[in-house]
This record gives sequence, structure tokens and C-alpha cells, in this order.
Amino acid sequence: MNRVVIDKDRCKACEMCVSVCNKELIEISDELNAKGYHPVELHDPEQCTACGLCALVCPEGGIAVYKAKKAG
Amino acid sequence: MIEPLATDEKVVFERTEVLTDHALHYCPGCTHGIAHRLIAEVIEEMDIQDRTIGVCPVGCSVLAYQYFDVDIQQAAHGRAPAVATGIRRVLPPDRYVFTYQGDGDLASIGMGEILHAANRGEKITVIFLNNAIYGMTGGQMAPTTLPGQKTTTSPFGRDTAQTGHPIRMCEMLNTLVEPVLIARGSLSSPKGINRAKKLIRQAFELQHQGFTFVELLSTCPTGWGITPTDAVKWLDRNMTPFFPLQVFREPGAMPDASHKYAPDLKVRDEA
Repeated sequence: MNRVVIDKDRCKACEMCVSVCNKELIEISDELNAKGYHPVELHDPEQCTACGLCALVCPEGGIAVYKAKKAG
Repeated sequence: MIEPLATDEKVVFERTEVLTDHALHYCPGCTHGIAHRLIAEVIEEMDIQDRTIGVCPVGCSVLAYQYFDVDIQQAAHGRAPAVATGIRRVLPPDRYVFTYQGDGDLASIGMGEILHAANRGEKITVIFLNNAIYGMTGGQMAPTTLPGQKTTTSPFGRDTAQTGHPIRMCEMLNTLVEPVLIARGSLSSPKGINRAKKLIRQAFELQHQGFTFVELLSTCPTGWGITPTDAVKWLDRNMTPFFPLQVFREPGAMPDASHKYAPDLKVRDEA
């Protein structure tokens, strides 16, 4: 399964990643991080295509994306 | 942050190791973070981390020395190209020297330094972030502020009858003979970010041939008073028509006007 690792303590909830996700999988969570922002979270990782756009536009460099290799 | 990679997956995107783990002090959505990351990625890809020296400006990015894991010198306001000139001329020629400057630093108080460094053809790379406002000092009018744009020192909008139009640095530098790369990119979209990274890479690669200059249109959501996602739309709608995203100068495509002029310095032809 594709993985998106979000460093929640870096997140400042600017929502740039939310705006570029074509599948609209990223949203602002209810929890608070160390800075006092509501960090983003990926709510349906099954649908993620690991396109990497969220990581590309993240000003904090707080997102890493890993794509699962196809079996066989 | 970096988790162990499972054997059955490949990395699409990971934070570059040329950036330190220090948390950025910039406002939410500020494109300084993207510009920092692009430069760091280029340094990592070219494998020049141990040979790179950065020069930081005065402005929001005055603390950029905390974020790059390379040697950094902090320059006085606007004087980064002059400091970079000294570094370039003293150190061995295989070093890479770049300055990172905002529009309040480069286009106002540093106008003299940047023009003369470009005119001397100093072998440095200048990364110029243009966000049309003074960010650090609280959103005052900058030389690049758009006509009618409201700032704290132009509360009724920039009056071009009094303060003129925004300065277009790329176009101005393009009148000089020596620069080898002058280009403008934008950090407003994934496409623009990818193009900006290519421009930065090209600038670093051409650096040892001469002066390279990359302008990046950036956002200042706090100074503009809009959300980060609206700020990139505002940039695309209002800034790019006046600041066209072009490569103005590159080797092999030098404009006729920049052919080097070599007069014979005589009064008349010999009889």
C-alpha cells in the first residue's frame, strides 16, 4: 500500500497539500500539534496514488511519500 | 521523520538531508520553505554540499543559515552580492556560491550591489524571491508592489503617479552583457515548482561560466492578508501578467544586443 508520512509537528495547517490532492484525501484533523496548529492527516490511504504533489507543495518539507511496488 | 523503507516500496518524495531538522519560522503557507527545499535538493543532486557557500539577506530569510546544512554567511541589508563576490574571489574556483535574497533586500537597498555584481559577471548564483511586499517588517510597500496593491504604507493602494510602477529585475538585468542565465519562475503550483527547480539547477550548473540569476515569484499570505491557498491564486492572477515567467537569457540564446562590443578605439581609419 502506498504510504504518506506526515510529520505532524512540522505542519502549520496552511492547507496547500489539501488544495493540490486530486483525490481529496488530505484534510485538517481535530488534534493539536506542538505548535498549536491542527495538522493535516490522510484519511483514506487505500486510495492514495502516491503522486507526491502534497509533498511537492509542502512549504515545511514535512511530507514523505512512498509508492508500493507492483507484485511480480 | 524518515522511516525505514520497506523492501517492496520506492521513495516518491523524502525530505532532503541538506536541510537541517530545524523547524522553519516562516508563516503558514510561505513559499520561502519551498524555495529553501528546492535549493537544498539541487545541492544534494549535484553532490556539492561540502563545496557550497550561501549568503543570506536581511528580511524574513535572515535566519536561513539555520535551515541549510552548508556554510552560510549573513550579509548586511542588500549587500549579499558584494559579500558573495568576496567569497567567490578568495576561495578556490570549484566552490559554488549562491545568494538568497528577497525583493525588499535585492530590489531596493541592494539595487546597486546586484546591478554591479551582474555587470562584473561575478560567477555567483542569485536566487531572488519576489513576493511584492516587505514581509518581515510588517507588510510595507516594496519596489515590486503591484499598482493599487494595499500595504501598510500604501493603505489606499500603490499610487503609480507618486511611486511609479513595480521594478522588473529580470528585464533590467537583461540589458547587461555579462550574465549567462536570467530567468523567472513561480512557486504557485506543482508545475511551477518543478520548473523553478530546473531553473535553479541550471543556474548552479552554469555558475562557473558567469553570473546567473533566478527570480521566483512567491507568496506572502500574512502580508497580503489572504489565506495561503488564495495567495497562490492571487499570484497567478495578478503578478504573472506583469512579471512574465520566461527565460530571458541563457547560453546559446544570447540576444544580439549582448554581443560583446569591442571598438578599435581609433579616431578615424588610417589613410
